[in-house]
Amino acid sequence: MRGDLLLAIALVPAIAGLLSLVIGRPRAAEYLNLLASVLALACALPLPFLSAGGPYYFLKSYILLDGLGAWVVLCTALVYFLSSLFAVGYMRTLGEDEKLPGFYALFAGFALTTLIAPLMNNIGVYWIAIELTTLVSTFLVGFERTAECMEAAWKYIMIVSAGISLALLGTVLLYWAGTFVLGPTYSLTWATLATIAPKLNPAVLIPAFLLALVGYGTKVGLAPMHTWLPDAHSESPAPVSAMLSGALLNAAMVGIVRFLGITNAAGLNGVPHNVVVIFGLASLGIGALFIVRQEGVKRLMAYSSVEHMGVIALGFGFGGPFGIAGALFHMLNHSLNKSLMFFGAGSAMRSYGTREMAGIREFGRYFPRAGALWLAGAVSITGAPVFALFLSEIVIMHGGFAQAYAWAVYAMAVLLVIVFIGFLNHFRAMYYEEDYGAAAIAPKPISAWCVAPMALALIPLVLFGFWWPNSIWSFLASIAHAVGGPGS
Amino acid sequence: MSIHALPPLVASIFSLLAIAALLLTFVMLGSRWLNHYLYAFAAESWLIAGLSVTVGIYAHYPELLLIALLTILFRGLLLPYLIARIIRRQAVSYEVHVILQPSSSLVAGAACVVFALVIAYHIGSQLELVGTVAVIALTVMLAMKLIGFLMLSIRHEAISQVLGLLILENGIFLGAQVLVPGMPMLLEIVILFDLLVAVACFGVLVRYLASAAGTTSSLDLNRLVG
Repeated sequence: MRGDLLLAIALVPAIAGLLSLVIGRPRAAEYLNLLASVLALACALPLPFLSAGGPYYFLKSYILLDGLGAWVVLCTALVYFLSSLFAVGYMRTLGEDEKLPGFYALFAGFALTTLIAPLMNNIGVYWIAIELTTLVSTFLVGFERTAECMEAAWKYIMIVSAGISLALLGTVLLYWAGTFVLGPTYSLTWATLATIAPKLNPAVLIPAFLLALVGYGTKVGLAPMHTWLPDAHSESPAPVSAMLSGALLNAAMVGIVRFLGITNAAGLNGVPHNVVVIFGLASLGIGALFIVRQEGVKRLMAYSSVEHMGVIALGFGFGGPFGIAGALFHMLNHSLNKSLMFFGAGSAMRSYGTREMAGIREFGRYFPRAGALWLAGAVSITGAPVFALFLSEIVIMHGGFAQAYAWAVYAMAVLLVIVFIGFLNHFRAMYYEEDYGAAAIAPKPISAWCVAPMALALIPLVLFGFWWPNSIWSFLASIAHAVGGPGS
Repeated sequence: MSIHALPPLVASIFSLLAIAALLLTFVMLGSRWLNHYLYAFAAESWLIAGLSVTVGIYAHYPELLLIALLTILFRGLLLPYLIARIIRRQAVSYEVHVILQPSSSLVAGAACVVFALVIAYHIGSQLELVGTVAVIALTVMLAMKLIGFLMLSIRHEAISQVLGLLILENGIFLGAQVLVPGMPMLLEIVILFDLLVAVACFGVLVRYLASAAGTTSSLDLNRLVG
């Protein structure tokens, strides 16, 4: 049952991608990809429940189904579904129908690599899966083939490949540390290393962790390794931006969390957690500063991703049941909310024909429905009450106080207020400032395909802000327990 | 057989091969010609294959012989061929603008090696491995890592950057042969294959870059800021 579901999650996008290449018709490719995303979501929804009582191993224990993996796969599948729905409307406006089969094949391939990466049990294979996500998504980033797109794609593949090679070095060092305990040949799985962690020499384990943190942190977009992120997220087509931000970053975060699990098992609570907290704060700070002074609408969303990855890193860095559960909850909320924001930004860019926020004016007046949804999303993503992100950020802060990281919580609170003011000020301008001069041409209409996924993303955000069932809390708490560390 | 108890002659061969590979990265730092970078990379890959063979024979890991064969095939022949094709097709054959002159780069590279040695010595002394080949392997691995990053930051031609990345990976591969010869073979094969895919992607990108952005130098990639 569990194995079949995992197999289906891998096969469905693969088949859809191949079929859309073989059939070669734009409409068929659209609907195939949409169907694949619905099926993948249907398979991913029960995974968190099925992972209870685990972890479960498949395929000679190369595949691992545990709470963390199931949760991240669920987030990924949600974003894949929403962005496939959005892509149907959005990609038609590009007016390049003949390139669509290729686009959807790549898109399904990207979804495939991102969906399976969190399930990899072998540390080396996980590294390869993450590297594959980069290789596939590079061509999606550069899909529009303009000079800007190619620049973004080049920076993306260069910076991320260089960064991720550090993670490989960390993995080799970790394996080396293990050979002193287990002998020269053993299987490099997360569980094996967590078991022998107390016997590993900290002189190797800590450098290995730091290298992996910087390596996977590059992919997650933690400052100061985030420099590829705003370019790649702003230049790729909007559905791809949503996937990059809502799905890919989480898949790489899994690596950091699992490495943190190993150092926790070794009883090294100090250095690893402090470093993750500092990276988190740096990302939050860089994100906040660039959000305030931002001019491009999708770059605004991209820096907001840096900021939220900082918040999630803070949660995992604080550790303990509250920190980790809050960070996981925040992962889900950020995936939904950032998809919504990129959908709105992409639609606005297409409809006004500009990437600058200065060119987008009176959005709410022209588009009452899409405008209301996007504005609600903006209020939500800044962490205002009622919405789920408020709840998850409060839980993370609570986790910080519980683990004696009060200083970091205060810094986090100040930076979040700056983000709130800066982010919503841009939305005030886009919604309520008058439309001056020659730019006052009526914007093009936005298709219902683009508005529907925005509404679908907002519903759970509101719902989870009010109501959050105990069973899910206990599920997240069980993941926190598995990661271990101080206070759990 | 572990790296602690190698006969002195074998340990010397390991060290010799590792140091020779490290020296080849200095060829990259000391030249402006893309072809020289490529030759240095190819020669280095052959040396790493040689190292795999020696480790395979003397430390009794027969599967390393297969790895050596694949290393020669992929890193020694196929990747250099692919990159040579890209170089032939593009207009630029040397680094036009250098931030750091080759001579200064050599000094910076030497500083990287010293830094790597300090770290390796520290880790080695924690593990009581000082004086074994492990420290040299660790030094070369870290030094090639640092020099690779140096290449990435001071050279701007797309091809130099790709080769800088490959140096990063070569360093890891070299270190892994000595430090963890028992690492599961499947993993190494997949990583080799992954590298091939990566270089193919880079090749496609370089062509797009040249046609869309009109340049293959990262100095001109300055549209996206802020």
